[in-house]
Amino acid sequence: MMNSNTIKLLSTLGLSAVIAACSQAPQLSFQDAFRQSLETAKPGDVITVPEGTFAFDRSLILNADGVTIRGQGMGKSILSFKGQVAGAEGLSVSANDFTIEDLAIEDTIGDALKVNEGNNIVIRRVRTEWTNGPDVNNGAYGIYPVQTTNILLEGNVAIAASDAGIYVGQSKQIIVRNNRAEFNVAGIEIENSIGADVYQNTTNNNTGGILVFNMPHITQRGYATRVFDNDVNNNNTANFAAPGTAVSGVPAGSGVMVNSNDQVEIFNNRIADNNTANIVISSYFSANYAGQQELAAEFDPYPEEILIYDNTFSGGGTTPGFDYLVEIRDAIYGVDGAFPDIIWDGIIDPNKAEEKQVICVDNGDAQLLSVDAANEFKGAGVDMQKYDCTVAKLAPIELASN
Amino acid sequence: MSTIKALVAGLCASILVGCGQGEVKHFDANEYPQALSDWGIIELQGTQLKVNDSAVVYELNTALFSDYALKLRTVFMPVGESANYHPSETFDMPVGSIISKTFFYPKDSEGRLLTTNTWQGDPKEVSTSTHHLVETRLLVKQTGGWDAISYIWQGQEAYLSITGKLQRLTLANNKQLNYLIPSRNQCASCHATNHTTKTIRPIGIKARHLNRASNLYQANQLTHWQSKGMLQGVTRPVEANALWNDESASIKHRARSYLDINCGHCHNAEGAADTSGLLLDYEDHPKSAMGYCKPPVAAGSGTGGRLYSIVPGHPAQSILSFRLDTDNPAMMMPELGRSLIHKEGVELVSAWIAELEGECI
Repeated sequence: MMNSNTIKLLSTLGLSAVIAACSQAPQLSFQDAFRQSLETAKPGDVITVPEGTFAFDRSLILNADGVTIRGQGMGKSILSFKGQVAGAEGLSVSANDFTIEDLAIEDTIGDALKVNEGNNIVIRRVRTEWTNGPDVNNGAYGIYPVQTTNILLEGNVAIAASDAGIYVGQSKQIIVRNNRAEFNVAGIEIENSIGADVYQNTTNNNTGGILVFNMPHITQRGYATRVFDNDVNNNNTANFAAPGTAVSGVPAGSGVMVNSNDQVEIFNNRIADNNTANIVISSYFSANYAGQQELAAEFDPYPEEILIYDNTFSGGGTTPGFDYLVEIRDAIYGVDGAFPDIIWDGIIDPNKAEEKQVICVDNGDAQLLSVDAANEFKGAGVDMQKYDCTVAKLAPIELASN
Repeated sequence: MSTIKALVAGLCASILVGCGQGEVKHFDANEYPQALSDWGIIELQGTQLKVNDSAVVYELNTALFSDYALKLRTVFMPVGESANYHPSETFDMPVGSIISKTFFYPKDSEGRLLTTNTWQGDPKEVSTSTHHLVETRLLVKQTGGWDAISYIWQGQEAYLSITGKLQRLTLANNKQLNYLIPSRNQCASCHATNHTTKTIRPIGIKARHLNRASNLYQANQLTHWQSKGMLQGVTRPVEANALWNDESASIKHRARSYLDINCGHCHNAEGAADTSGLLLDYEDHPKSAMGYCKPPVAAGSGTGGRLYSIVPGHPAQSILSFRLDTDNPAMMMPELGRSLIHKEGVELVSAWIAELEGECI
């Protein structure tokens, strides 16, 4: 029997002989080379994706800080996960100082691009799409940074996610601008996050256009989000989220929606033809999802200090997305009528300090309807004087470096 | 001493057969050998899997489910060094330690893989004539901390793989198994149990997993490690997870033990899945954090249309049972490490949920 070292030596010699005989060693496929680059990445690496469509059957993972992934354009460099059999994401990143730009991630079985914990994240001109269109079996999130700080999402396109196209969760210092999100359940969702500027985005044809939410059972409670200069139109796609998810409680036809979040400023947007209402404000109790019985101690379910001004509204409110909302619409405005531009569940914290404002509206002749959900809708009505107030405006978000 | 080693090595080189107990070697992170056998920890001699005499074979109470693969675990520490005991955390182990885990299946006469287990944990019973070797994973303690790498078996040797591999294996029922050999970064997906520091740690090297009798050494494993000088500072009492299929233990203890090892590496207060607010490690958490009547945060289709992680008394309404009972990668839990459903595990967790009392409004 031969010594294993001898065998290795022989095979090495044999291999060198073969290599010497051939002109070059066999080349890795781009897929294998790309995965290798991600696995062995070092700070400062720029990993490029050439033009082409590249198929993957399992997740890609990056853990190294300081890496840039750069394609040739969201229509040219495509990472396709159609037929993916392993891993819950397309690309999963757990790193600081990460930039990804100019490529597309298509048809992942779960989330397309997840960044879990990291500072200084830039996601730019990336397209995440399920090419079959809206479907409950599509992955939940397109672009999904969670527990990140100092984050810029710009110029991205997110299509047909079964939860949110662009979802920023449990993060701080956030800018979301110039993105396009369409045919998702939620176009853009800011959840349990602190300090977000969401502007110059186009969110059309989702179930809900732009959502600012807080969920219970999470360490970080979110507040301070500005939603401005966005186009939010026709978000009337039937809700195709999996039952039990938070967004399954979003009525189709919601333009901008705030749930259980505080200090949200909504201004200078163009919001039109969202058939539940152009703006929907609600407490956790109207979210139409579960778990409402043990909240009080740990969770503030009431939206407060919501400031709405200078938006351009048109259309909308004609076909509310839930039956109980249709009944209220019918009762107040008639079957051919429409909700006004802003609706609110009217539920207020019974222990709220007198001076604390709930919603302030300074938006021309736009009206806010409280449906008085806490009292079986008995007191539903419009009283704009109640919303003639003001709260301190939020400062713009400035990222550490861009 | 080194002369003796050189002599022994020379002897091995000249005779080899019947020796095979060379030195365990340590390599720096930039010098990992392509062949597993270079480490000297574990290798094939003919059809027989051999573990170096200086490595200790160990077992866990309830172990992570990995598509019914059997696992041979070994731990090696440099001579004269030992691990420091901790009652709840991973033991602090000396630089130079090497942990190995070899994944394999019994096979039938046609080479198809069996998911039934008759192996009692003795490496002498592992032969390639009756078993199919898939991969051997190493955790290597460098001066900068633990490093995780994987070797894929191919014939008589296992070869280093940085990128991992999806292996299509055939089961005895002729079904295909998409067995995922993790990439280096995927190793960290589970072993960076604190997702903020991202420090890689062994998962099984904890008192509650190791505190059990060893069939091989006829002793409690921790006592055995102590007697070999491998472990110091043990304080009693020592927690012990249950064996998931030990019917003498309570269903609660078995289920919590099962969730601890299968979910707790991510679903702990510092883990990658702390984003969900669901904590499934074997620590004391508020009931809602453990899933009682807790709505999902970002589960997507993983809810299975159910409203809460756990609905006491109603496994069929609980997301926990659903996510264990699916093999769809978008919905299943754990996200990595299996492509099959562990039916017996689902039954255990469901039995536990069924006996819980309470009501979700």
